[in-house]
Amino acid sequence: MRPSVAWGNVLAPYPQLVRAGFRCYATYRQAALAGLVTNVVFGLLRAAVLTAVLAERPVVAGYDVAAAITYVWLGQGLLNVVLLWGDTELSRRVRTGDVVVDLGRPWDLQAAMLATDLGRAGFAVLARLLPPVAFGALSFPFRWPEQPATWALFGASTLLAVVVSFGIRFLLNASAFWLLDVRGVIGMWGVVGGVVSGLVVPLAWFPQWAQAVLAWTPFPALFQTPITVFIERGDPFPLLGSQLFWAGTLLAVGRAVLHRGSRRLVVQGG
Amino acid sequence: MIIRTEGLGRDFLVGPRLRRRRVSAVADVTLDVAPGEAVGFLGPNGAGKSTTIKMLTGVLVPSAGRAQVCGLDPVRERRALARRIGVVFGQRSQLWWDLPLAESFALHGAIHRVPAPRHRERLDECVELLDMAGFLDTPVRQLSLGQRMRGEVTAALLHSPELLVLDEPTIGLDLASKERLRTFLSAVNARGEVTLLLTTHDLPDVERLCRRVVVIDRGRVLVDDELATLRRRFAGNRTLVVELAEPAPPLLGLPGVVDVAVEAQGLRQRLAFTGNAADLIAAVARRAPVRDVGVDEPSIEDLVRTLYTRPARA
Repeated sequence: MRPSVAWGNVLAPYPQLVRAGFRCYATYRQAALAGLVTNVVFGLLRAAVLTAVLAERPVVAGYDVAAAITYVWLGQGLLNVVLLWGDTELSRRVRTGDVVVDLGRPWDLQAAMLATDLGRAGFAVLARLLPPVAFGALSFPFRWPEQPATWALFGASTLLAVVVSFGIRFLLNASAFWLLDVRGVIGMWGVVGGVVSGLVVPLAWFPQWAQAVLAWTPFPALFQTPITVFIERGDPFPLLGSQLFWAGTLLAVGRAVLHRGSRRLVVQGG
Repeated sequence: MIIRTEGLGRDFLVGPRLRRRRVSAVADVTLDVAPGEAVGFLGPNGAGKSTTIKMLTGVLVPSAGRAQVCGLDPVRERRALARRIGVVFGQRSQLWWDLPLAESFALHGAIHRVPAPRHRERLDECVELLDMAGFLDTPVRQLSLGQRMRGEVTAALLHSPELLVLDEPTIGLDLASKERLRTFLSAVNARGEVTLLLTTHDLPDVERLCRRVVVIDRGRVLVDDELATLRRRFAGNRTLVVELAEPAPPLLGLPGVVDVAVEAQGLRQRLAFTGNAADLIAAVARRAPVRDVGVDEPSIEDLVRTLYTRPARA
């Protein structure tokens, strides 16, 4: 028999779930490679578009060519770490009734799902974040951080972005407890999510009123904030504080929704 | 009592919003199960078996009555209860699809906080009894159904539950796999450590594993008795199956025969009878040339068929 995972008697299962999440996604290496190629191709397109915009004026809302290029490649890399789209796990399990297994375990379902998602994100950092960023940095003018501390702050901001994204995805999926079919809800998010999170164009390029509205939402925490921290625009600590606030709020709301949802659960499929 | 329910019921609202109807899936289930018992929980599709099980495991809130499992309120103390029971759903999986089977077991141990030595001992035992050593390192998605179900049952037992609930555990398995699973479950139950509650449509499961049978229909308990008693009370007659050398009219009027069914244009006849088989065979042989005979003992299938077709109590 293979040596089993070592665990302390008192240690909660969550570190093991992080590891399991990492291992689950690591099994699909070819899919990761195919996704990576797509990311890089789209990155090239987006870099070309932004470079064309910046050919008119050297600096737009504080972004010069190097900052814009860095913005593009970080965004392409973070796309699958933060995972804006494509997570329908919980809603699928509610719709098929498999959620009965998840609710029948002596764990905190939300914490367990977050742990698994962090493991997934960990694999995505290696397989989906580092390669496009390395490619972009080698092929284009790139803006590296000037302060060494920025690297750590960027790491923290990315971690919080994953938690905020998890919180949003958890709520979207948890609507399945009421709606069963969440394709409409998730499709809607697919349309607006990329724009409001600063993935498509920097939020600094938005009109003032739109920036003011979005500042009151968790969406910039997903992409704009980690990228802003990396390219060192302004004080990072209020940004991280805002991410922390949204991570905590979304997880708390998610807990309440899961609690109510599971009380009204009708397990599907016999 | 490890399971105690009183008037347990659950309604569902079905149909389009404007013409929504209230349907009662479980109407009134009162049930006591003592530690160490093995109870077969039977009923036709839609009788309310799975709904009852979901209420017993705390994932479905009852709309009427009360339930207590391992002394706990299943809904309010779901997590505490989950530590003390194991559940196997024949049509769902509690294993990690993309990971090797052994890692699912390790995760399961971690989730249940099983002490490592206890976990290893328990796992080694299951691996040996269920012959799983050959596929512990195989990702679950690559296992055959029979292999996976052995894994599911093992996962449900790793934390030494007091109660093991099995919801159609042998569904889709071939005969050899079913038999292996039954032998294992029977041995586990015989040691008296775990109480079994089993739903199935596969009656040999019940015959092999259960001493007691609870039959529900339309959400109510129809019968709750020892299997042996039920057999005596409800089981039909024995049947003599005779293969004749040439077609013959129905063999009516023989001693002890209560019913005759003719098949294959009179070449095969089934005589339901009471009394002595040898006398009846001799009597048949005097009436028609017999090529072959066989005696079918009353089966639990007949028993259940009898029970299901009886009108529900008012």
